[in-house]
Amino acid sequence: MTTILELKGITKQFPGVLANDHVDFDLKKGEIHALLGENGAGKTTLMNILYGLYKPDSGELYRDGKEVSLNSPKDAIAIGIGMVHQHFMLIPVFTVTENIMLGEEKLKNAVLDRNGVSAKVGELSQKYGLEIDPESFVEDIPVGVQQRVEIVKTLYRKAEILILDEPTAVLTPQEVEDLFRIMRELTSQGVSIIFITHKLKEVLKIADRITVMRAGKVVGTAIPSETDESHLAAMMVGREVILNVEKEPAQPKEDVLQVIDLKVNDLRGLEAVRGVTFSVRAGEILGIAGVQGNGQTELVEALTGLRQSTGGKVVLQGKDMTNNPPRPIIENGLSHIPEDRQRHGLVLAYPVADNLVLCNYYLPPFGVNFVMQNKAIDENARKLVKDFDIRTPSPFVPTSNLSGGNQQKVIVARELSRPVQLLIANQPTRGLDVGSIEYIHRQIVNMRGKGVAVLLVSAELDEIMSLADRIAVMYQGKIVDIVDTQKTTKSELGLKMAGAQAQA
Amino acid sequence: MDKSEPQVKEEKPNAFIRIVKQVGNALLVPLLAVITAMIVGGLVIAGAKGDPFAAYAGLFEGAFGTLRALSETTVWATPYIFAGLAVALAFKGGLFNIGAEGQLALGAVASAWVGYRLPELLGTTIPGAIHLPLTVGAGMLAGAIWGAIPGWLKAKTGAHEVINTIMMNYIALNLVSYLLNGPMKDPDPLNVIARTPLISEGAQIPVIFSKYRFHWGFILALVVAFLVWWLLWKTTLGFEIRTAGSNPDAGKYAGINVSRTIVLTMTLSGMLAGLAGAIEVTALNYRHELGFSQGYGFDAIAIALLGKSHPFGAVVGAILFGAMRNGATRMQFLTQIPVDVISVIQALILLFVAADAIVRFIYRIRAPREQVVLTRGWGK
Repeated sequence: MTTILELKGITKQFPGVLANDHVDFDLKKGEIHALLGENGAGKTTLMNILYGLYKPDSGELYRDGKEVSLNSPKDAIAIGIGMVHQHFMLIPVFTVTENIMLGEEKLKNAVLDRNGVSAKVGELSQKYGLEIDPESFVEDIPVGVQQRVEIVKTLYRKAEILILDEPTAVLTPQEVEDLFRIMRELTSQGVSIIFITHKLKEVLKIADRITVMRAGKVVGTAIPSETDESHLAAMMVGREVILNVEKEPAQPKEDVLQVIDLKVNDLRGLEAVRGVTFSVRAGEILGIAGVQGNGQTELVEALTGLRQSTGGKVVLQGKDMTNNPPRPIIENGLSHIPEDRQRHGLVLAYPVADNLVLCNYYLPPFGVNFVMQNKAIDENARKLVKDFDIRTPSPFVPTSNLSGGNQQKVIVARELSRPVQLLIANQPTRGLDVGSIEYIHRQIVNMRGKGVAVLLVSAELDEIMSLADRIAVMYQGKIVDIVDTQKTTKSELGLKMAGAQAQA
Repeated sequence: MDKSEPQVKEEKPNAFIRIVKQVGNALLVPLLAVITAMIVGGLVIAGAKGDPFAAYAGLFEGAFGTLRALSETTVWATPYIFAGLAVALAFKGGLFNIGAEGQLALGAVASAWVGYRLPELLGTTIPGAIHLPLTVGAGMLAGAIWGAIPGWLKAKTGAHEVINTIMMNYIALNLVSYLLNGPMKDPDPLNVIARTPLISEGAQIPVIFSKYRFHWGFILALVVAFLVWWLLWKTTLGFEIRTAGSNPDAGKYAGINVSRTIVLTMTLSGMLAGLAGAIEVTALNYRHELGFSQGYGFDAIAIALLGKSHPFGAVVGAILFGAMRNGATRMQFLTQIPVDVISVIQALILLFVAADAIVRFIYRIRAPREQVVLTRGWGK
């Protein structure tokens, strides 16, 4: 196999951070080369350099042995590099064809040549086994198919090198299988793929070669057949990592949270939660599995008082809490690790110490007679920073200075350090590094051990499988089924997440 | 951007050093903005065939050169401080109060009414210990109501406070104009000016010096600046205001009633602007005369921006603006350079503070990690 792309000694310095430190990377024709690393390891910076978005401070880039210099994504596209971003760049109200031709519009007799492009799209999708209907509107097709549109978009621009940035984050297990099939089809026809991810299982399954990055440097390259998960994890983190959460069997007690036939509308006023009923007992973890966008966000917002429900009941510790604002619910024993930590969970401009009292600043010892007690707040901050191992120069720097993992630890420390009967954790480890994930998982299991009822919402099936005692699968606003974790398998859950055997 | 994990090393630094550092960092850009504006203003003066150095010397002399000049500077600065605090407090709550001018005018008119009319209505003089607080309180209340209305509209309907405070200005200013030309006009047959009668003695804050116009209002303004600082950073209400201003979503998540906080913030802001009007009436003019406000409420926006929305910054900005306004006359007298140049310089200061990227570029200063949220987009 010939090397078609080579990066040599790429270095990129950001203020205070060496994002890429003499990184070497190469890609052979027709291979899938996985780029593995924690958040902040420098993967995205490297790919942005390859896609012409950043200029490296030093280092060279070779395409088919010739040195090239990229000043914009246009240059990258011109030498056959295509990128599929984690967040799709599609316009929902346009058709597939229109989205694909956007920016490369072709005219025929002074009007857009829709038919010509549509035929070309059909041809491409057949050639590579990417089933898409060129005439359907993007908003009407599932996420997995939207991703195919993105891939066809790059192929339409004659890409021979495909960069896939965390492509499986938004997919169901079945859709992931489909994506892998497509990736193999593409490589068999000579396309080369750079696969960016932090998921170890996927890497082992699909990659031909694996390059691991840590703290801006390449720490090693591996072949899947010669390595395993724990070895890769250790390379990523720089130490041994416990991948499986160890926990005692659950000893569930009384119901803490009861949800009865709850209905919630989304932002557009459409019914996103269509009558769900479940309960969470003290001392157990109930996982809610499901592909993102099936009503989980709205469900959690209704349970935590951030959104009004349109029907049904929420009972917490025997008290009817339906459509209460957040404060009474919090005072009745709720802790909430929110899905969007920067939007809901933190005031980034505040010092860490202030964020650590965000929900109880008005209660003694932090607020006495409407006056903030700085001494108590400072003491609380010092203690929690130490107890929860929050890496910060001091508790008094703005929280925006902290890394994502440590920002999440600030939230976890705050939410777990006060009296709590119900913990709702929504995507608690999304975007975090392996070390932080391990830590947060342990904390959640600890809470269960203390008799707290835990509702865990996650799009990561592995996370749900390893933490939850029972799993409720959500599909299109309904709970399809609630099963014992011990009595189910990943593929069975995957089918339910995709809506198979849907029943109320 | 990638971020390496910082290590635990530094403890809480000495409080004094921390404050000095904070103030230094906060004041750097405004200070450079002022200097830059003075340089550009100097070029404008030179372009008009004037001598910028003589002009600035005249300006400085007029503002600080004599005791009288100093006293007049404080007279100018007093309403600027109150109004600047009003706008700064709203900024801290994530709200852009452009309505300070209207709130101030209504505060002045309400204060004047209670000052001269209440004793007439009661048919007796009221002891100062009751009348003065009533008079000042009426001004604060009027401003508070005028601020609360756009706040309530924002909280309940999402209507943007920028539009509504501007509209409330029109209503207030025209209402005041009507009152001073009509029902509240000084009935003295010799009077041709749109002004109220003098307020009764019990409603007046006594003068300090007979020779100088320096008055208690300036000292009160400094005290109020301290109180605003204390409210914002030392009380739970201040925490709520700043949280709702900095990240309303997180505020809601934390159990703060963000709608109520918005109304409260605008009420307090309007109250401070109303106080500016009330103090002009009770401590300086002893009546309300149409047009006494030289756009204090509008300059207050510039002052709050210059002071980085910090109460103490607003005091510094207010004194600077007061000094420039006051010194301008002397400058014109000495150098024949029109006072309007000062408006140009003030506009330039505001420009450089608002577009601080320019200043940062000129002096090669790195951008801060966090920025003050001055106002939010429409709707949500």
